[in-house]
Amino acid sequence: MNLTLIIPEIFLFLWALLILFVDFFTAEEKKHRLGPLSLVGIVITVVLVVFSGQGQAFGEMFSADYYSLSFAIIFLGSAFLAICTSIDFARERIKHQGEYYALILLSTVGMMFLAASRELLSMYVSLELTTISLFVLSAYLKTDLKSSEAGLKYMILGAASSAILLYGISLLYGITGTTVLKGIQAELVGSAFPGPLLVISLVFIIAGFSFKLAAVPFHMWAPDVYEGAPTPITAYLSVASKGAGLAAMVRVFFGSLLPVTSEWIPLFMALATMTMVLGNIVAIRQSNIKRMLAYSSIAQVGYILVALSAASELATTSMILYLLVYMFANIGAFAVVIAFYNHSGTDEICEYAGLSRRSPFLAISLVIFFLSLVGIPPLAGFVGKYLLFLAAIQKGYYWLVGVAVLTSVISLFYYMNVVRQMYFRKPTKNDPVKVSWSLRLALVLSLIGVIAVGVYPDPFVSLISKAASVFVY
Amino acid sequence: MDFPILTYMTFIPLLGMIVVMFTRKESVQLIRWESAFFSFIPLVLSIVMLAKYNGSVPDFQFIEQHEWIPSIGISYFMGADGISVPMLFLTALLSFVSIVASFNIQERVKEYFAFFLLLETGMMGVFCALDFFLFYVFWEVMLVPMYFLIGVWGGPRKEYAAIKFFLYTLFGSVFMLVGILVLYFAVEPHTLNMLTLIEYNSTYTHAFQIVLFPLFFIAFAIKVPMWPFHTWLPDAHVEAPTAVSVILAGILLKMGLYGLLRIGYPMFPEAAVYYAIPIGVIAVIGIVYGALVSMAQKDLKKLVAYSSVSHMGFCVLGLAALSVTGFAGCVFQMFSHGCLTGAMFLLVGILYDRAHTREIAAFGGLGVKLPLYTGIFTLFAMGSLGLPGLSGFVSEFMIFIGAFGSSFVPTWMVVLAVLGVVLTAGYILRMVQRIFLGPFNTKWEGLTEINGREIFTLVPLGILTILVGVYPKPLVDIISATLENLIRVMGM
Repeated sequence: MNLTLIIPEIFLFLWALLILFVDFFTAEEKKHRLGPLSLVGIVITVVLVVFSGQGQAFGEMFSADYYSLSFAIIFLGSAFLAICTSIDFARERIKHQGEYYALILLSTVGMMFLAASRELLSMYVSLELTTISLFVLSAYLKTDLKSSEAGLKYMILGAASSAILLYGISLLYGITGTTVLKGIQAELVGSAFPGPLLVISLVFIIAGFSFKLAAVPFHMWAPDVYEGAPTPITAYLSVASKGAGLAAMVRVFFGSLLPVTSEWIPLFMALATMTMVLGNIVAIRQSNIKRMLAYSSIAQVGYILVALSAASELATTSMILYLLVYMFANIGAFAVVIAFYNHSGTDEICEYAGLSRRSPFLAISLVIFFLSLVGIPPLAGFVGKYLLFLAAIQKGYYWLVGVAVLTSVISLFYYMNVVRQMYFRKPTKNDPVKVSWSLRLALVLSLIGVIAVGVYPDPFVSLISKAASVFVY
Repeated sequence: MDFPILTYMTFIPLLGMIVVMFTRKESVQLIRWESAFFSFIPLVLSIVMLAKYNGSVPDFQFIEQHEWIPSIGISYFMGADGISVPMLFLTALLSFVSIVASFNIQERVKEYFAFFLLLETGMMGVFCALDFFLFYVFWEVMLVPMYFLIGVWGGPRKEYAAIKFFLYTLFGSVFMLVGILVLYFAVEPHTLNMLTLIEYNSTYTHAFQIVLFPLFFIAFAIKVPMWPFHTWLPDAHVEAPTAVSVILAGILLKMGLYGLLRIGYPMFPEAAVYYAIPIGVIAVIGIVYGALVSMAQKDLKKLVAYSSVSHMGFCVLGLAALSVTGFAGCVFQMFSHGCLTGAMFLLVGILYDRAHTREIAAFGGLGVKLPLYTGIFTLFAMGSLGLPGLSGFVSEFMIFIGAFGSSFVPTWMVVLAVLGVVLTAGYILRMVQRIFLGPFNTKWEGLTEINGREIFTLVPLGILTILVGVYPKPLVDIISATLENLIRVMGM
């Protein structure tokens, strides 16, 4: 037993408890200081993650490697940015701020365990720790009907999808006699499977994960939840919770199911196609920016699924890199939305008219984040998409890349629709939008991320390719 | 290590953008002069480059190569040869001219010049890049400032024109992106170095070339724009502010042709032969269609815009000829059209600033009131028409000789194309007649003559037009070795 490997997780867990504890003794008007306190905890955890060693613990269950390290940094980064964007929002509109921050940290702990897990049951438990915290967070605006609806919807569908996933896992256990990923792989290599039972189990597992990723046709919950949840939580959901689903999915499929790729690759291709097409087309019709970003984040998952179907080392690298750049661009975009909402209390796209005159910095930041999401160089989104498509082309999936690039062109239209309002229309009000220090921090960090990874991606690519070499393809 | 002239030419405008962004919004005059300064340096550098370029060898010169993303085979690789050197000079010149011509922009001056300088960086980069990834980065970077320049400072239908331009060109570019991704895996070790990929062109199978060439062709054809991909052009041109139209017509349209000469043809020579006839047909349709549509225009700017479709058709015909003369005619036409149409759009803008209309029928007899303007306008109009002694004639003549002597282009195409010249003469002369000749329309009594700053923007273009028309040898010297080598690389 090697407990030192999970020191970062233990530390973050204790820090969440510390937040709860301090919350007791803090006066109501000072509770917003719990936000910066959580940020401190995250920064310390990042340091611990980087400097804690690598290795395995608890038998085969837990593995601290470059793969879990990259994901942990992405999860902690999204939590950091999400908390930055929360501080004003929470002070103004949320009761029980202590629990709010503690729940974000707890769900991050779950995600970190998830990315490090190499065994199906511990993976499942970590996933539940993540999602149950998120159910509560989605419903956090108690008096707001939409938020309650979001929480309830998310919980019911989330529980149902977990059950489906669990059923798939049990079938896989039935076939192979083990829940350890390595063991499953060994069983599958040797025998003359794939029988119908394996296919059914794969379908259940894919369906379960697809719910978490909000891939079409398992996406129905996402727009409503994203719209209803407190906006910082939406930002966090759209990046970290998807990232968690992806971390587990790649670990399961590339870590144990590579011997039977022919059974699941076509399913992923179909999912990718549907997700890209539907996400991008429906986003065009949205007039609420949160809903638009919800559909856009569905579409973004489609691009990741393109690489997931490619099942190669390059594919893993590209997916993790894409998640990183997507984190910066998406949370950055949400930071602008939150700043605007805090000031004006609306999420309607038409209210953004003339924002470039009122707050040039916010407007240009949103343009940069959107262009990165479209994949315009030299921003990070382009490098991400380039690698994703490269992985798919390597395997000869020309038509899939064709769909991907054409839907990227479609996506330009709805992102630019917001830009059009901000730049080409005259403002109806003239007061500049106030941006607090914490939101400004989130914006600047995201901007640096989007530009740095775009202009000089080499260190990121080479670091992440170490994570990708965890699997044997 | 030599002085990295191409990097400086490319990134000094970007530096200028940053300086402009940190200037106070209210210091309008300062912003203007900063922009002029930061676009003047690349112009000086490009003249130095012209002087230092050795036209007797076909090799790339001023080469800079550094590792950029070695993990996926991408390098920062810049260089210039006989095709890019004239284009770089033209870009530097037109950017500077356009920035000076934009001094009368009153609204949101800071943002305008910031976007303009970013645009210049993108254009310069496209003509320097020799790594596919780098090329694509610059190719796309241009779209963003262009979108804003049309959308914020454009005419009444600017929003539509801006998004149409952006969507259309992005649609084309993604085809190229797929092509680039496929090419990456085409040679061992995987690379995006264009020169290496060209070197290996004989190893690409026939089928591979036939499939890949259209991917690049669509991207470039939309940019040129060739018929039937031209529909974004009239909207963008008409709605864009004057200086942006100059850049669009003067530089952006040439990028499609440049792309074909740099990438499409040398990388896929078999496909170039295979598709010679369809490309020739597209060229001829473009020439005749563009000319006929120009003839029907009531709006002066639209007329000039459609005339570009027609003139670009000549370039494409020169390409389809697959001979040194045809290619040379194409490069000449690129250069000459850049000067001529740039000047035409400036002149249209000058008139529009004063009269607030561009309707041809509204004018008449302006020659009496504005003799200097009329003289300058007529000079450039004659150049577009192809009058001997001006640059347009030289280039069209070379294209016809190239196409006529080529075994890839049937004679009837050349005949139709020559007919296009007659149509061109028709619409240009009619335009000149209806605006400047005839009885003076007294409504325009208050029009003022062209001012010093405006003449300053037109003079260099006029000198180049006459110079290339009367004494084309310097330009021939620059391009010929490169084009001969290109034909050799293509195995013709």
